[in-house]
Amino acid sequence: MATIQNGTKERDRFAAGVAPYAEMGYYDADYEPKDTDILCAFRITPQPGVDPIEAAAAVAGESSTATWTVVWTDRLTAHEHYQAKAYRVDPVPGTDQYIAYIAYDIDLFEEGSIANLTSSIIGNVFGFKALKALRLEDMRIPTHYVKTFQGPPHGIVMEREYLNKYGRPLLGATVKPKLGLSARNYGRVVYEALKGGLDFTKDDENINSQPFMRWRDRFLYCMEAVNKAQAASGEIKGHYLNVTAGDMEAMYERAEFAKEIGSVVVMMDLTIGYTAMTSMSKWARKNGVLLHLHRAGHSTYTRQKSHGVSFRVIAKWCRMLGVDHIHAGTVVGKLEGDPFTTKGYYDTLRLDHVPKNLANGIYFDQDWASMPGVMPVASGGIHAGQMHQLLDLLGEDTVLQFGGGTIGHPDGIAAGATANRVALEAMILARNEGRDYVNEGPDILKEAARGCKPLDRALDLWKDITFNYESTDTPDAVATPSY
Amino acid sequence: MILTQGTFSFLPPLTDTQVRAQVQYALDNKWPISIEYTDDPHPRNNYWEMWGLPMFDIHDAAGIMDELKRARDAHGDKYIKINAYDANYGRQTTALSFIVNRPAHEPGFRLDRQEGADRQVHYSTHAYALDRPEGSRYSE
Repeated sequence: MATIQNGTKERDRFAAGVAPYAEMGYYDADYEPKDTDILCAFRITPQPGVDPIEAAAAVAGESSTATWTVVWTDRLTAHEHYQAKAYRVDPVPGTDQYIAYIAYDIDLFEEGSIANLTSSIIGNVFGFKALKALRLEDMRIPTHYVKTFQGPPHGIVMEREYLNKYGRPLLGATVKPKLGLSARNYGRVVYEALKGGLDFTKDDENINSQPFMRWRDRFLYCMEAVNKAQAASGEIKGHYLNVTAGDMEAMYERAEFAKEIGSVVVMMDLTIGYTAMTSMSKWARKNGVLLHLHRAGHSTYTRQKSHGVSFRVIAKWCRMLGVDHIHAGTVVGKLEGDPFTTKGYYDTLRLDHVPKNLANGIYFDQDWASMPGVMPVASGGIHAGQMHQLLDLLGEDTVLQFGGGTIGHPDGIAAGATANRVALEAMILARNEGRDYVNEGPDILKEAARGCKPLDRALDLWKDITFNYESTDTPDAVATPSY
Repeated sequence: MILTQGTFSFLPPLTDTQVRAQVQYALDNKWPISIEYTDDPHPRNNYWEMWGLPMFDIHDAAGIMDELKRARDAHGDKYIKINAYDANYGRQTTALSFIVNRPAHEPGFRLDRQEGADRQVHYSTHAYALDRPEGSRYSE
């Protein structure tokens, strides 16, 4: 009989009972991944006494064809073709963890379905008892599979052309307080912030349609505010109307209404699930409405380094299923975000070719085959005084959202918005003039504040506010200078 | 009102030295410059009049500033903007765009509301200047 991996005879491979996954073909150190394979990097923490190679093979098995015991019906298939193969297992120095690289044949996945992709790859395996913990760190999606998705309904280029805004990050703010405002009061915040100089305002993730403010009322008042601000400035303005609801029919109803009353953008929450998001993406493309995604809930599975799914993978899935904006971290704000890891997310969302870069947590080269980029959104605890850092860390194709940093301004919401816009434009001007804006940032802001009282007040109020806590999710590799 | 389209509209009007520095930045990035003007400032007016073709072959800021002077001499009573275009694969769109000339007086926009059923309002933004014919919108 033909010999399979690890020297096991085929008749042994199919002997009834329980066989080690590695011996069933789910580990193959000699396997050379094909260009069409989907590759995964898993961080595995085997239970004490479990061989890491067997643990990696188990992950490959349980995320593809295997079950806990040998089944004779495997012999009715070209099973080797459908088996995922762990092909490399590297220890993570100083830990009980390993990085297991696993290849999946493209045949395992339905075209254009993130639900199907995730049901396979993160379906059952994360509860597997032989592992203490498991984390999906990164995926290489072959262009053959990328091309079964259309990606962002508009993308960065189209969004900028649609909004007629170039050469600077866009500015936004989330309406606060998140909960409790009546629709009329809520619209007031939108009007003041947009009139003051922001491009966008935003519903928060948990603003859907509660007793204190039903969605239809909010939409109407927000559009009055958006249109008034547009006429006051001569600029395109938008408010992310959150269409998240309990069922798809309600979401479509809300999205249709938002379109009818002229909103340029709607938003949804990650909590609605991959299929619902994909449907909204198709709707947004069909109806010419920008689509913003709030990553509500992601930290429950992205934040801990030992278990879950890295946000860089979530970012990849969301670029494929197609959103125009996604929250991706601020580095300097109030929420989790190591600078290198965050750079990895931003690259994943924006670049056409993302090279492997372990220092940023990128395990594979990723080619997007011209799929449009997603605009990353930086939101949560940022203010005008950090403008030089934000521009340096996050770049130009991003939405900077200053919620508290706009609405909390002592002279009012419009003043807060103006402070942010002036700070941003002054920083872009200085950067383009060739100034060392990162180091001279505070001086550049001070100079700009001389002609802008709202900025002066903002700098004074928030001058010492930073959120310096150790990140929980950091790359294993550290960039070292090469000489 | 001050029309706040363009990258630097919240700053005091740029001096020629400042404009030139931005132009130089664009040229250093190999982004050709174009100049456009209009007397229709509607935010959805995508097609301002082109002051000649994009200047693909002018690589020094002085040449661009000369052209800007000629544009201002001819259309000083209108909006003029400078665009820098990035033709690189993956972008192929405007990289920077800012207003460098404004009418002496900017009357702004009227918000028209058409009340409909179910509390819906249909809005349109109407530039006061457009009540007059093209070419005489901002001149006294």
